[in-house]
Amino acid sequence: MDRPNPFFRNKWSKAASLPMMLIVWVVFVCGTIWTVLFSFTNIKILPLFTPQQWMDGFVGFANYTRLFKTDRWMSCPGITKILTEDWEFKCAGALPNMVTYAVFSIVISVSLGFLLAVMMDQKIRAEGVFRTIYLYPFALSFVVTGHVWAWIMSPEYGLQHSIRQLGWESFTFDWIADRQMVMYAIVIAGIWQGTGFVMALMLAGLRGIDEDIWKAAKVDGIPAWRTYLQIVLPMMKPVLVTTFVIVTSGAVRIYDLVVATTDGGPGISSDVPSRYIYQNFSANLGQSLAASTVLLVTMAIVLIPWIRMEFGKKSQA
Amino acid sequence: MANTTAFDQVPSGKKPTPFITWQRFVVYSVLGVCALFFLLPLYIMVITSLKSIQEIQGGNIFVPTMSPSFDAWEKAWNSACTGLYCEGIKVGFWNSVKITGPSTVVSIAVASVTGYSLANWPFKMSEFYFTVLLLGSFIPYVVMLYPLVIITRWMGIYSTLPAVVFVHTIFGLPILTLLFRNYFASLPQELFKAARVDGAGYWGIFFRVFVPMSVPIFTVAVILQITGIWNDFLFGVIYAGPTNYPMTVQLNNIVNSAMGGKAYNVDMAATILTGLVPLTIYFVSGKYFVRGIAAGAVKG
Repeated sequence: MDRPNPFFRNKWSKAASLPMMLIVWVVFVCGTIWTVLFSFTNIKILPLFTPQQWMDGFVGFANYTRLFKTDRWMSCPGITKILTEDWEFKCAGALPNMVTYAVFSIVISVSLGFLLAVMMDQKIRAEGVFRTIYLYPFALSFVVTGHVWAWIMSPEYGLQHSIRQLGWESFTFDWIADRQMVMYAIVIAGIWQGTGFVMALMLAGLRGIDEDIWKAAKVDGIPAWRTYLQIVLPMMKPVLVTTFVIVTSGAVRIYDLVVATTDGGPGISSDVPSRYIYQNFSANLGQSLAASTVLLVTMAIVLIPWIRMEFGKKSQA
Repeated sequence: MANTTAFDQVPSGKKPTPFITWQRFVVYSVLGVCALFFLLPLYIMVITSLKSIQEIQGGNIFVPTMSPSFDAWEKAWNSACTGLYCEGIKVGFWNSVKITGPSTVVSIAVASVTGYSLANWPFKMSEFYFTVLLLGSFIPYVVMLYPLVIITRWMGIYSTLPAVVFVHTIFGLPILTLLFRNYFASLPQELFKAARVDGAGYWGIFFRVFVPMSVPIFTVAVILQITGIWNDFLFGVIYAGPTNYPMTVQLNNIVNSAMGGKAYNVDMAATILTGLVPLTIYFVSGKYFVRGIAAGAVKG
């Protein structure tokens, strides 16, 4: 009978972890479930937690169907004319903008980051100086990044104006004011901020490759560029997966950068999901929550390769 | 040693290469061009802030001014308008200090203890919590924004300083816990056992053995949190309330309030001022910053 109560074993450890447990349950688990559940209701403002409110407001998938009928969220006019000559795979709206940003920022920052890491790995002089230069934008706020690039890319007095002034009269660079191109302008700003980080991850990955691989490749007479692309790159798969997941989750969250660079403009042509959701919190809460759930599902899909890598190897071992 | 002649000494190093080969040339060219791309915005930001508005409108964005002046900096700091009032970005600076200080301290205090529990005093389900915590760090913030509005409202702190501190603590927890857990797990376990044999308990071991040994990881955490929280925009705009808007939000308001034409020099001065704190930390801390951002990418 004098066996200590197991509940009190390790009591300080449990007590100290209490904030973490509360955060996990209340914010991460319940918060997420709450958002998903109430995305099926027509609740307006400041709903609470009661099941009664949920049942009273239940509308099924109405928020989702309305959301995808909203042009500001997503509109693909040409895509329904499938099998006709007018068919085109071209969409506009917040969700397609996010996808555009995600795809381009991943492809460009990963390839540029890898290229820079390989160059940095050539036993160069002043490596620290280069690394400091590539990485400093990552220490800055998206708001700072956005305003600097908005100024550089402003057609009025920025790059376009300055190059025309130098004599190249026809030079045009007005992506930031062009509805079709504005997302690519934001991609430029995003790449400027994030590539140094990708480079740092890649460089760490390269440095982790066994020296013997290099010796073996050299003995076999494989040129360095092929060793990088065909031997080293596949060996860096864990780093690539991590980079992919981090860069993509940043792209899914994109908000501050757009607010600072264009504030969604011109018009709403560079709107992104987070901005759409935030702006609809007061007027259109149900739809906002539905849009949040869409982002959540997107993120879950992106996470699959990472989860398989992180938790798959444990079950194998 | 003394009788070796010049003939015995076989060169052991590589064959000397010419001063510059074409490969080297390509490597340095690529690195140099990219470095220019990364430096350009900083350069433009600085020279624009030193120009007068007439020079900006008539001149070239790349050309530095012949008569630099800090008037725009002075105006950005003291009297730029944020839409409602014209007190400059200094208001935002002090708000950011008020937000960043407590948030950094509270989040690191909670996370270091949590990491210590997870690494050295595992309890039932502790790994489960850690997994959910890590997965939770990937949930898009918008998913939890409204629930957190409800929670902070219920706590009675919505739209106040404690609310932002609370939210920063929550969202800093996954990465910081990971950082501390991995660090504590890498310390020799004999130390922990020896301290237990000597009769030290949970807190004794933490404060007398682990904390003194963990100055580097606390430095990394502090750098990570200060830069991260200083650069935050979303949480500041939602939870802090208008009187506590951090510097990033004030900067955005200054740039977007176009009272009497856009003052690009003031905008750029305000932008530099906002970036100055994280930049300084970055340049001073060097490797610690890299360690901090890499920690999130490498799970132990």
